[in-house]
Amino acid sequence: MKIAFPYMGTSHIAFKMLIRDLGHEPMVPPKLSKKTLTYGTQHSPEFACLPFKILLGSYLEAIEQGAELIITSGGSGPCRAGYYGVLHQKILQDLGYDTKIIVMESPYRNPFDFLGKIKSVISCSGVSWWTFIKVFYKAWEKLKLLDETEFLSHQIRPFECLRGETTKVFKECLNVIDESQTTEQIREARKLTQELLNNISQDHTRKVLKIGIIGEIYVVLEPFANHDLEVTLGEMGVLTHRSIYLSDWTRESTGYESKKNIIKAASPYINELFGGHGIYSVGHTVLYSQKGFDGVVQLAPFTCIPEIVAKTILAKVSNDFAIPVLTVFLDEQTGKAGLQTRLEAFVDLLGQKRAIQEGVVT
Amino acid sequence: MPTKIGIPRALSYYAYYPFWKTFFESLGHETVTSPLTTKHVLDNGIKEAVTDACVPIKLFHGHVCDLKEKSDFLFVPRFVSVCRERKVTFCPKFLGLPDMIKTSISGLPPLLDVRIDLKKGWAELFKVCVCLGKRLDNNLMEISRALNRGIKAQKRYEKLLLREFTPVEAIAMLEGNKEFVQNRDTRLKFALLGFPYTVYDKFINVDIINKLKKMGVKIFTTEMVPPKILLSQAKKVPKNLFWYFSNQVLRAALYYIDHVKVDGIIHITAFGCGPDAMVDKMIELEAKHRGPVPFMSITIDEHTGEAGLITRLEAFVDMLLLRSEMT
Ligand code: SF4
Ligand code: SF4
Repeated sequence: MKIAFPYMGTSHIAFKMLIRDLGHEPMVPPKLSKKTLTYGTQHSPEFACLPFKILLGSYLEAIEQGAELIITSGGSGPCRAGYYGVLHQKILQDLGYDTKIIVMESPYRNPFDFLGKIKSVISCSGVSWWTFIKVFYKAWEKLKLLDETEFLSHQIRPFECLRGETTKVFKECLNVIDESQTTEQIREARKLTQELLNNISQDHTRKVLKIGIIGEIYVVLEPFANHDLEVTLGEMGVLTHRSIYLSDWTRESTGYESKKNIIKAASPYINELFGGHGIYSVGHTVLYSQKGFDGVVQLAPFTCIPEIVAKTILAKVSNDFAIPVLTVFLDEQTGKAGLQTRLEAFVDLLGQKRAIQEGVVT
Repeated sequence: MPTKIGIPRALSYYAYYPFWKTFFESLGHETVTSPLTTKHVLDNGIKEAVTDACVPIKLFHGHVCDLKEKSDFLFVPRFVSVCRERKVTFCPKFLGLPDMIKTSISGLPPLLDVRIDLKKGWAELFKVCVCLGKRLDNNLMEISRALNRGIKAQKRYEKLLLREFTPVEAIAMLEGNKEFVQNRDTRLKFALLGFPYTVYDKFINVDIINKLKKMGVKIFTTEMVPPKILLSQAKKVPKNLFWYFSNQVLRAALYYIDHVKVDGIIHITAFGCGPDAMVDKMIELEAKHRGPVPFMSITIDEHTGEAGLITRLEAFVDMLLLRSEMT
């Protein structure tokens, strides 16, 4: 069966392998583009959040290319994401497509549902549970490698001697990872990508600003949604640290890692899990400022409910800890140029603040 | 002097005011409510709330501004859940309401910001009330008596709603003001759906209810459906929404489509409302595939124009009248 899955950062590379290993034909949707967004916007409710629109557009493109099944994740917080699947399905139906969407809920919350859905996917290609566990683990390793690689690239980019080199090398790394199919190869790919990235010539005498990235998971993870924010900042000479990586999100929603610390940091301001990643945005901002970051960028889709609540509260956190926060609400009209200007202004501001602190400017 | 407790006329006001008013007054305190929404209230709200908030949240800020000078305590509860359904809670903006209010508005009296979570059953309400009563220096006896009275008042109120009075009318009737007569001479039946705070705040929705009534339309709202029946609609959709009020709206829509055979559905959505974007599309699709029942969605925002709305309503009503004459 031709199975499609949504884009979210670099994760499609791991999912592609997983689906192939399960005996199906993976179908990576066409690269996200203006067309995807136009498609999605056209068939979505006007005030749906940006991820909803991008995903819908991407599903439609995948279906045009022959996808027979779409697998997506559920999102467990009390937010709209939990209802995406249902509504996407209804909209597809209304448009006359009978492609099914399978929503994987977190196995931690609803193990039977999770296992049942997996069973429906593996049984029609005759894969055993044992094989499933093996290939799932392998895909997980790949996902982690993808995240590590990306993390490293953001560490290096602000120091690169030749602007743009990291991005080029990173693309190459993704190819290497994409090629690796066995556990052995993935291990080698890890070595190779690290080497490739570390070989980029860097200038560590540069003073760089440090910015933490927080906000709603999809727009934080997907460069198409945030107009390559981290690359843009990196190339302005800013070291970015992103609070969310898919592999730790997956781990968290599969019930491994506790987010106790972050919630604790947020607790003087808000003591209620209010959906999405809202409370984490607050907690991370507190933690970033304690770790000496110069500023924080909050990314959120326009009309994103929890992030609006978070924004209100961040105003106070920002005041109390003297850490500037730039909130960027993204929608289909957000342009790259406008965003770049706002980022430049923000970086300037942080630079001045740093200079004053260090007594360079009087 | 009795303590004055301010209850903003916004958000959960339309659903639970009689309970809280009776509760606080039986405890021997005075309650003050903010006036009906006006331009001034709205402007204050726009000024104080984050720009990206939805209109109802801005209105809440506005109503709080009105009360902050007039009250010793402000009642800004944190609604987490009021039913036993799993995973059902309130919109994140309800969950974070007290925190938002505290950070955005200065010079507030102390907030009574209790956490209302009745997931474990109604006994929790007693705890909530004890917590409130203690802060107001009341003893247990007084609290449990006030709680009982509150529940009774709320029951009377909900009975009136089931008799098809609007919350505004029902509250006035409980306060002994006047009897309202139901409009009998009607040509069409509409389901008018939305959150209680968008459907019944007649400033923000440009008094849509009366406009429709004048056009000879009989109005059915979410609150007029008995809770049990609402709940029984849940199985018609593959998955529940996470938000209490939104579930109520969607279920009411299903009920009115399938069982009352309304002539049309109007959904009032708030500009910038997250949950509504999903619900609105769901209702639209359900109305189309189950009915078909004609559907219209009206977005209310800071400057909903009266003229534009009337034109749209008239066109909708005319179209439906034409249809009913033809069949
Ligand atoms: S967190 Fe924001 S973007 Fe995600 S579903 Fe909720 S409203 Fe939409
Ligand atoms: S449900 Fe919608 S209108 Fe109500 S507070 Fe939440 S976002 Fe605002």
